Amino acid sequence: MDLTTFLIQLLNALQYGLLLFLVASGLTLIFGIMGIINLAHGSFYMMGAYMAFALTSATGNLFVAILLGIVLSALIGFLLEWGLFSRLYKRDHLDQVLLTYGLILMFEEIRSMIVGDDVHGVRIPEMLSASVQLSETLSYPVYRLFMSAVCIVLAVLMYWLIRHTRLGMMIRAGSSNREMVQSLGINIDLIYRLVFALGVTLAAFAGMLAAPVSSVYPGMGNQVLIICFVVVVIGGVGSVWGALVAALLIGLADTFGKVIIPDFAGLTVYLLMAVVLLWRPEGIFRRI
Amino acid sequence: MSSAIKTSRGALLATLLVLSIFPLFGSDYYSELLTKIMIMAIFAMSLDLLVGFTGLVSFGHAAFFGIAAYAVVLVSPQYDPASLWLVLPAAVLAAAVAAFVIGLFVLRTKGIYFIMVTLAFAQMIYFVFHDSPLGGGSDGVFINFKPELRIGETQLLDLGNAAHFYYVVLLLLVATYVFLRILLRSPLGHALAGIKSNEHRMLSLGFPVFLYKLAGFVIAGALAGVAGFLSACQFGFVTPEILSWHQSGNVLLMVILGGIGTLNGAAIGAFAFVVLQEVFSALTKHWQFLMGTVIVLVVMLLPGGLSSLTQRVRRMLVGGGSNG
Repeated sequence: MDLTTFLIQLLNALQYGLLLFLVASGLTLIFGIMGIINLAHGSFYMMGAYMAFALTSATGNLFVAILLGIVLSALIGFLLEWGLFSRLYKRDHLDQVLLTYGLILMFEEIRSMIVGDDVHGVRIPEMLSASVQLSETLSYPVYRLFMSAVCIVLAVLMYWLIRHTRLGMMIRAGSSNREMVQSLGINIDLIYRLVFALGVTLAAFAGMLAAPVSSVYPGMGNQVLIICFVVVVIGGVGSVWGALVAALLIGLADTFGKVIIPDFAGLTVYLLMAVVLLWRPEGIFRRI
Repeated sequence: MSSAIKTSRGALLATLLVLSIFPLFGSDYYSELLTKIMIMAIFAMSLDLLVGFTGLVSFGHAAFFGIAAYAVVLVSPQYDPASLWLVLPAAVLAAAVAAFVIGLFVLRTKGIYFIMVTLAFAQMIYFVFHDSPLGGGSDGVFINFKPELRIGETQLLDLGNAAHFYYVVLLLLVATYVFLRILLRSPLGHALAGIKSNEHRMLSLGFPVFLYKLAGFVIAGALAGVAGFLSACQFGFVTPEILSWHQSGNVLLMVILGGIGTLNGAAIGAFAFVVLQEVFSALTKHWQFLMGTVIVLVVMLLPGGLSSLTQRVRRMLVGGGSNG
């Protein structure tokens, strides 16, 4: 591997890792704060990607599509929490596993009924379709740099939201003692609903962002879901910081695995997980 | 209490009777469907040993089912039927060994981690068979000749024969049920129940909790292997999809649907699942939507699963207080 290939792969790894973080952070928020196991998280990612496709075809502009998609997915998240998840907080984790498994089947078929089972592409907007010359031998697509930049901005925003705002303080307090926060006169139900909607929107947004690069296909959500689980397991459940580190590690393992051992590319990520678990059964970092 | 046990024993014997004479009267189609249900019932009961009786929610149980199925392919000679003496133990052993190795890793974790890690390990096995030419890659592979049982020159059993196969499956279903019943009453079974209710207490009482859990995990894996072996024999081909996470999800669904922690519940769940699947897929191409809807409704409206339904109905008729 020469230096240019290495650098390109490194950028790809970072970009993939950051995108993965965006999806996984939603998962870890929903579990870490609300204590809900959400297997349907990958479905939200798929939903986002298909929204990007359908809304771009309808409006002709990816940015408009993304804005509409964000509003729609936040609304869907809000309604799901209100109608289904809010009734399950006191129940066993198994019920949550079962509910979200049912939702996966429903989402997959709703997608199939609305847009069919074809694979689609989404055009990269004109202004981001060029490549930049990073050095004499190294040119890199602008859109991928844009994706990474957006992910980094969102990661910082999320850190700020949880650590330095009043809402973040209430969220953190609610995750450790729900009743206490409620008795202080804070509407914890509404806060949870918002956190859930935020988690759903993060996953859907990641799907929208990835659509032009990865194309849009049935089953894409499940693939992402499993990798997200690995991210959460490696990083430590409920740790946003851990999710970032783990997602970047996985980005590296996956991208370079495909170059170095192409025959078993699917395995590298899981090997990484096995090694980390032997070392630390509860992930690298714990809690928020 | 004793009358409840008596009725359930009566129901069990009646079920057994129906199952054993069904092929004499039922059509081939229904016999085959019933065979499939019985195989899934073995699979579901094996998982219930972990989920219902030990408190270990595994989301990767299809790994052992699939490994056993692939073992059938890899052990069978290409142009002759394999011997049942060889291929069944080989398949079950392969599943047990895999459960031992995977168990060493996953049993270090707990709760939500356990769910996710079992899923991730199963997915790892999926990729091994999906990406490597070992079992035909993503296309899967056919089993040209079904296994048979010979003594000398005479053929005793041919699993290619639907009737033979039906009774082999029934025999193994009964054997699994009886085995698990005995196991649950044994010291190991009591230890597993103790771990489920309070692992720390068991630890401080000096029980080697990890070893007990590992034993349970290996036994559950081996029994899933029995089901995997039978499934490979029934359909005559094996694809990576049989160890995909959907398969793990489906079997977990059967266990929860039927009501966890009872062997009968697991079997009822398997029955309900396969029948619903059959009915829905006859109705529409989008049958998974209906399946998903049923799952969501069961979770929201029927905590405790289908086997709690009879109790609820009885309570409603008697007019006692409802629980929600």
